[in-house]
Amino acid sequence: MQGRDTAGLIALILAVVAIPLVIRNDYYLGVLIFTAFNCLTCIGLCLLMGYAGQISLGHGAFVAIGAYASGILTTTLGWSPWAAMGAGIIIVSVVAAIVGVPTLRLKGHYLAMATLGFASIIHILAVATVDLTGGPSGLLNIPRISIFGHQLNSDMQYFYFSWAVVAIGLYVAFNLINSRVGRGLRALHGSEEAAASLGVNITAHKIQVFILSAVYAAISGSMYAYYVNYIDPGPFGVMHSVLLVTMVAVGGMHNIWGAFTGAVLLSLLPEFLSSATDYLQLMGIAYQPDYDILVYGAILLLIMLFLPEGVFDGLGKAVRAGRRMIRR
Amino acid sequence: MSHSGLTDIIQFMVMGVQRGAIYAMVAMGFNIIYNATGIINFAQGEFVVLGGLAMVTLTMALNLSLPVAFILTVVAVTVVGILMERLTINPVGQPTVLRLIIITIAVSILLKGAAMCIWGKGSHYMHHFTDAAPIEFLGAIILPQTLWIIGILLCVVIGLVVFFNYTMIGKCIRACAINRDAARLAGINDRKMVMLSFALSAGIGAIAGIIITPIIQMDYARGALLGLKGFGAAVLGGLGNSMGAVVAGLLLGILEAFGAGYISSHYMDAMALLILLVVLFIKPSGIFGSSEAMRLKEF
Amino acid sequence: MMQAKRAGHILSLENIRKVFGGVVAVDGLTVSVEKGSVTSVIGPNGAGKTTVFNLITGFLPPSAGRITYSGRVLNRLKPHHIASLGIARTFQGVRLFPQMSVLENVMVGRHLRSKTGIFSSSCLPPVLRQEENRIRQEAIDWLDFVGLKEYAEAVAGNLPFGNQRMLEIARALAIEPHLILLDEPAAGLNSRETIVMGELIEKIRQEQITVILVEHDMELVMDISDRVLVINFGRLIGDGTPETVQDDPDVIAAYLGE
Repeated sequence: MQGRDTAGLIALILAVVAIPLVIRNDYYLGVLIFTAFNCLTCIGLCLLMGYAGQISLGHGAFVAIGAYASGILTTTLGWSPWAAMGAGIIIVSVVAAIVGVPTLRLKGHYLAMATLGFASIIHILAVATVDLTGGPSGLLNIPRISIFGHQLNSDMQYFYFSWAVVAIGLYVAFNLINSRVGRGLRALHGSEEAAASLGVNITAHKIQVFILSAVYAAISGSMYAYYVNYIDPGPFGVMHSVLLVTMVAVGGMHNIWGAFTGAVLLSLLPEFLSSATDYLQLMGIAYQPDYDILVYGAILLLIMLFLPEGVFDGLGKAVRAGRRMIRR
Repeated sequence: MSHSGLTDIIQFMVMGVQRGAIYAMVAMGFNIIYNATGIINFAQGEFVVLGGLAMVTLTMALNLSLPVAFILTVVAVTVVGILMERLTINPVGQPTVLRLIIITIAVSILLKGAAMCIWGKGSHYMHHFTDAAPIEFLGAIILPQTLWIIGILLCVVIGLVVFFNYTMIGKCIRACAINRDAARLAGINDRKMVMLSFALSAGIGAIAGIIITPIIQMDYARGALLGLKGFGAAVLGGLGNSMGAVVAGLLLGILEAFGAGYISSHYMDAMALLILLVVLFIKPSGIFGSSEAMRLKEF
Repeated sequence: MMQAKRAGHILSLENIRKVFGGVVAVDGLTVSVEKGSVTSVIGPNGAGKTTVFNLITGFLPPSAGRITYSGRVLNRLKPHHIASLGIARTFQGVRLFPQMSVLENVMVGRHLRSKTGIFSSSCLPPVLRQEENRIRQEAIDWLDFVGLKEYAEAVAGNLPFGNQRMLEIARALAIEPHLILLDEPAAGLNSRETIVMGELIEKIRQEQITVILVEHDMELVMDISDRVLVINFGRLIGDGTPETVQDDPDVIAAYLGE
């Protein structure tokens, strides 16, 4: 971890501690808890996209597997939530290895299509295997998770818990990218040939990062299941995977903080849009939540065309340019 | 309903060919853009959806005659393809593959969203091209629309073969695909060829959407799955190999139909995707490709 | 020229052939390189010199023939595997990791000499890791070896070209190779920098590292080489000490062009 990242992490922790003092509305806390889940998944996805240079359109499926593993093991087998989460992590690691090992050996972006196909299969299975997943009607009565024997019952407790996990996720990611393995990955960006000539095993590193990023998604899914206590296939369609990629790309995939920013912004966007509905109505635009998808698409396209390094990098540049102006 | 085994087999073959023809056309669309640019166009399935839905509006709501509606739809979707290239692919100077892929994903989200806003979330019914009675063949039922689909697939394939082998523009696109720098030196405007490839690919997608809509009843959300299965066919046939795509598309459709018939229709969509994954894992160069060439092909 | 394998050979090429499409780039090359020597490969542009480097380091598979290094056949090995056996290389025109710092570039070179995996590296911050500190110190030592220590924190892509060359060599040396392949180390350097490069190569030889270089600067080649190989159209047309090669009529003909 480098100095600036440490500072950022401390600032984040302070903000997390302070937010519930300001926001006491459970609805908004809930929105921020969902934001935390997306942040966690996007941190992992950023390691894959920004550092291994690969894109996965199947991270929604890893979230789903994490969620369903937790849901099924706790409700039908009566496992403890923590054990079920651990099992989910192991299952997702194995599945990610099965999907990733063959495709990451290939050049190009076969991983994107393979994971997209994989995500569709998982969604179909979630709907069709009624005995296991409850099918379209889903799984009910998933228990809440406990820490040191204390069950997390209020939204405020869960808020602290989920953001603590995000902070740990950031900490792990920063350690990784500044370590030997992370250096190897960043080297791939400069030149794959040069990295290989120094003994960096490109394929092995890509596979490891893919699995790690899937584990982030699995933990996020597991926490989702324990928070809402009910899961159905609805939120785990292919569109969710696409949305996750959008968050990372909009925020900036070459920087963990970028992906984090993207996840926060786009998770809060529907709230902004729905609160803006009234204003838009005044202007004669009948805005419906259905249009959200268009807004997402437009934002992603515009960012990719004009700010390919993402919002976070763009803001950084703007700040630097501003400072230079002031100094003159 | 008791069918003899043979009847079942024929029925499944017919259904398979009908679906497979669509996958083949989507796969050809992928290949045309891939050959010209090295991009996998994630919006390929949306062209099919737009084609189908536009045709529904033109024939059902505006009551245009079939040939007129057909041509208008193909032209309209082709224009969408051209706009996509001009507005989103062409302006990007030195793009990374990752960025281009995300751009095509963004376009697919936008097209899907636009389709939802225009046509709503329901599925849309459209008349079959000819309302002649179904043909019975050894107990199996063949819809006239199926014959239309097969006929139009043949026309498209023949048209493409003629275009790429006997017209100047077609040869230029192929030259760019083989060696862009050399083509540029020979005076070919490679940027224009990229635009043409998007136009062509969108046009073929539209045709696929038009001919399948009477059978599947199009809705805005079908693009992703159609695109994915089409990509499966493209990989199975060897990415970039258009004749391979036709054979692989038909094969995929037939496998899917038999799987649905004999195993379970619940998992029909999963079946085709599983085939895609298995091919990617075992023989990513496709059934006609050599694995050596594949590994060297960068994109 | 057809020497039998002697105990002192670190690298042997036997009948190496490489064909691209229909073009023969390397045509039945047989040559052995003595341990601890400096060997220069010269020849006109397009003679197949860089291709030979790519074949040795596993970036290209040979179409035929056998490459042996310290008794091991390299033919089917991947580049990272060959690097792990102790063969380092630089590239024509320099390939750094431009976004990373000078120090980090060399630290990547220590990849093979360290082993922290993905899980242990995730848990502790790098500053608290002993191995990380060791890697850092060793990388600084290698920077010192090529004289770039003062630039350690600079961004690699911002270095002047001559220093980028030196950095690329420091990075290659950091894997502690027994054999290093330098692809045109003096190309683009001014005469003062070329002299420094010659001294560096001499220093590398004193570390008991075998050096093979492709080079066009004849003065440098004649100055530092124990042996010079001349390649044209993928074939060996001259082989000997700098003096004998200089006087070889075949070599002169190839260079002057007939």
